[in-house]
Amino acid sequence: MSDREYAVVGTRPVRHDGADKVTGRALYGADFQAAALLHGYILRSPHAHARILRIDTSKAMVLAGVKAVVTAADFPQGPDRMVDLGDGDVPLSYVRGNLLASGKALYRGHAVAAVAAVSRHIAEEAAGLIEVEYEPLPCVLTAPDAMQEGAPLLHEDLKTRELGEPTDRASNVADHLRFAMGDIDAGLAAADVVVEREFRTATVHQGYIEPHAATALWNNDGRVLVWCSTQGAFVVRDVTACVLDIPVSRVKVTPMEIGGGFGGKIPVYLEPVAALLSRKTGRPVKIVMSRKDVFEGSGPTPGSYIRVKIGVRNDGRITAAQAYLAYEAGANPGSMVVPGAMCIFAAYDIANVVIDCYDVVVNKPSTAAYRAPGATNAAFAAETVVDEIAEKLAIDPIEFRLRNAAKEGTRRADGPKYRRIGCVEVLETMKRHPHYNTPLEGPNRGRGVAVGFWFNIGFPSSCNLSVNADGTVNLVEGSTDIGGTRTSIAMQAAEVLGIAAEDVNPSVADTDSIGYTFATGGSRTTFATGWAAWEAAQDVMRQLKERAAKLWDADAASVTAEAGVFRSGDKVLTFRELAARLDETGGPVVGRGAVNPKGVGGSFSGCIADVEVDPETGKVSVLRFTSVQDVGKAIHPSYVEGQMQGGSVQGIGWALNEEYYMSPEGTMLNSSFLDYRMPTALDLPMIDTAIVEVQNPGHPFGVRGVGEANIVPPPAAIANAIYRAAGVRMRRLPMNPPAVMEAIWKQRD
Amino acid sequence: MHDKTRIRTTINGEPQDLLCEPRQSLLECLRDIVGLTGTKEGCNDGNCGACTVIMDDRIVASCLVLGVEAEGATITTIEGIARGSQLHPIQRAFLENAALQCGVCTPGFIVAAKALLDQEPHPSEERIRLYLANNLCRCTGYDKIVRAVQQVAAIEEAPQ
Repeated sequence: MSDREYAVVGTRPVRHDGADKVTGRALYGADFQAAALLHGYILRSPHAHARILRIDTSKAMVLAGVKAVVTAADFPQGPDRMVDLGDGDVPLSYVRGNLLASGKALYRGHAVAAVAAVSRHIAEEAAGLIEVEYEPLPCVLTAPDAMQEGAPLLHEDLKTRELGEPTDRASNVADHLRFAMGDIDAGLAAADVVVEREFRTATVHQGYIEPHAATALWNNDGRVLVWCSTQGAFVVRDVTACVLDIPVSRVKVTPMEIGGGFGGKIPVYLEPVAALLSRKTGRPVKIVMSRKDVFEGSGPTPGSYIRVKIGVRNDGRITAAQAYLAYEAGANPGSMVVPGAMCIFAAYDIANVVIDCYDVVVNKPSTAAYRAPGATNAAFAAETVVDEIAEKLAIDPIEFRLRNAAKEGTRRADGPKYRRIGCVEVLETMKRHPHYNTPLEGPNRGRGVAVGFWFNIGFPSSCNLSVNADGTVNLVEGSTDIGGTRTSIAMQAAEVLGIAAEDVNPSVADTDSIGYTFATGGSRTTFATGWAAWEAAQDVMRQLKERAAKLWDADAASVTAEAGVFRSGDKVLTFRELAARLDETGGPVVGRGAVNPKGVGGSFSGCIADVEVDPETGKVSVLRFTSVQDVGKAIHPSYVEGQMQGGSVQGIGWALNEEYYMSPEGTMLNSSFLDYRMPTALDLPMIDTAIVEVQNPGHPFGVRGVGEANIVPPPAAIANAIYRAAGVRMRRLPMNPPAVMEAIWKQRD
Repeated sequence: MHDKTRIRTTINGEPQDLLCEPRQSLLECLRDIVGLTGTKEGCNDGNCGACTVIMDDRIVASCLVLGVEAEGATITTIEGIARGSQLHPIQRAFLENAALQCGVCTPGFIVAAKALLDQEPHPSEERIRLYLANNLCRCTGYDKIVRAVQQVAAIEEAPQ
């Protein structure tokens, strides 16, 4: 466990960008203004699957105030090739085709054309004048349907990859992978109890409050300037350059403040389109999605079909586990089923495992990451089966998990052996927690628990520090700040420098002004960009020691620094005093940190949920909720708690209400916040948190990351709580009143 | 193009004329005409609360009010909550309690919380949750937001 005491790390300073964000001064994507700004609007397909036979933009072009219209034909039409835009190789045609449909619309809401006009209203009016002739095609909306023999094909040229090998089989299954170890048949034969269940989960959206927004200017010097709301400015730069077929150096992306993302603002939707419109008009063009556009045209996270089979001995030891996962990728391959498969049994030490996973395209928006992408669906299935087994064996559900918990040295079915992890510590914290030890009283009430895992990632990050003459330090980094990371990064620099968090001024830079930094995602920012800040601060300290040595005519190796005080023999200078003397010792001191850290530490999370089920309506109320997570080291505990609370509540929404409610024709029927029902303050209790700190040996401060694992267990924990409250096992998300009622009626029959 | 109408309002204590089209919402007028971009658009159909402003002592979703309906109205936006360089106690409480993550819903929450505390200086947790149920936050799970408002509600003197 982490027991080192730090001066700054682990404290709770006010965030550096706080004043701007409570006064309305912080500028988000849609807040960008420029002279001669035009407003864009994107026309979207009304069909879930249709051939585009003809697009006639002539009537739109002559509407007063309209300046340009673009379609997919305006993109450079180079040959298709594989491109790596930070998330593995994907065909350029999929990236380009999702920005503006070419040939076929693959989902309702698929962008088909875009207009730039002097106002948003005129652009919208003009879009209505674009004539698109469609030939509607039959659509497929779920993975099992899309996998049927003879199902309508989304991509005629898509051939299934089978266990890593290309095949010539055209189908909606992009990929079938299998992870296996041990002997599954022997493992199942050794079991006293085997439980097999099947599960379905609905498509859900990340639900960030700020719609996607981007402005682009194709400048007269040939450079493309972009101002946008994104999780990754460099991702936007690389995608924009790639699609427009220009060098990355010709694109400069300035990230605005970002109003939530949760993975959904890693993909690029608007920037290259705005750039095309700007090239045609010579003016900056801003495009802001409506909420309906966000639901219909940006990436939700996959709906899924999952089967889980677990065998266990009477002594409570799991002997075998098998899973089948088919995830809906949406219109293009890449559903995150693979991480789901890697996470499904990640909390357990099981000798015999087979996991098959299928990445399946369907006529819904191309899916995007959503907080531990793929893992929540998987945990809903696995953790409810685990609960059922624990009940059958009459073993306490936490005790059952402890008997099978993964620990250092446990091998996961996808290969890696765990280094130091905190699965056991999370379970023990849950077991000891006052919440778990307080009896839950009253009718129709039940308590459920579950655990979940997420890998966390490293990836490149850059950070520069420059020392000011007043003893403060300016910090420039490349990670867009989605939830307080300016501060968690600045605190790590301050700790090394021996100065206060408030004496570091962090800012997020544009892509011209900082080294490459991967997107804010994968719980990586405090880990990796924090590490870059740590390294930059080490660089500053090395230089400052040299400066002190120079002033003292001493050997630099003799200079020590502690808590912001430099010493050599009887000579003493504070950080501030030394900072004031940089001019006379050689000029500015600038520290650099550029890292691609490998020491990623996975994070386990567990939760305890108390619910009450209304037996008349099926409505489930969450009475009490506790989230427990191993974060490695909490740099800023308040924002760590905030991540745990936020992820928990997204998990509660996913469990109880949220879904893409689709018509058979593939229209989302609830594409507003009225009908896509996210939790409100009134739906929830306080969300209790217990931070577990099992240091990650792969990070200078032991950080693992906190952003994601917390969303993984809540749907399963709530399903388990519903079972104890109402006696019904829920195997479909969301567990909304009709679903719970149906289950209760079925049980009464 | 539509003819524009001159609308006389008072915004954050200053007289402000809006020259707006009949189809422009108050939200658009505030953001695009006056340049007060602190009021956010999250849904444009009254369901997220990011555009909450106080209009004649009531909170409204400014996306559901037409600019032309604001004739003669007194409006307070997030930019009018602080007293000069002094943050309002609610703003300070949001910072001290880490009651924001991405911050895009924060202006709406602070405006709504101020309206609540102006009417009821010491609301219960239940009352705070009910009043703030018009405002969606996707980052925080509301825990720290409710605590921030509770902190201000616990102060003896009502904040001005």
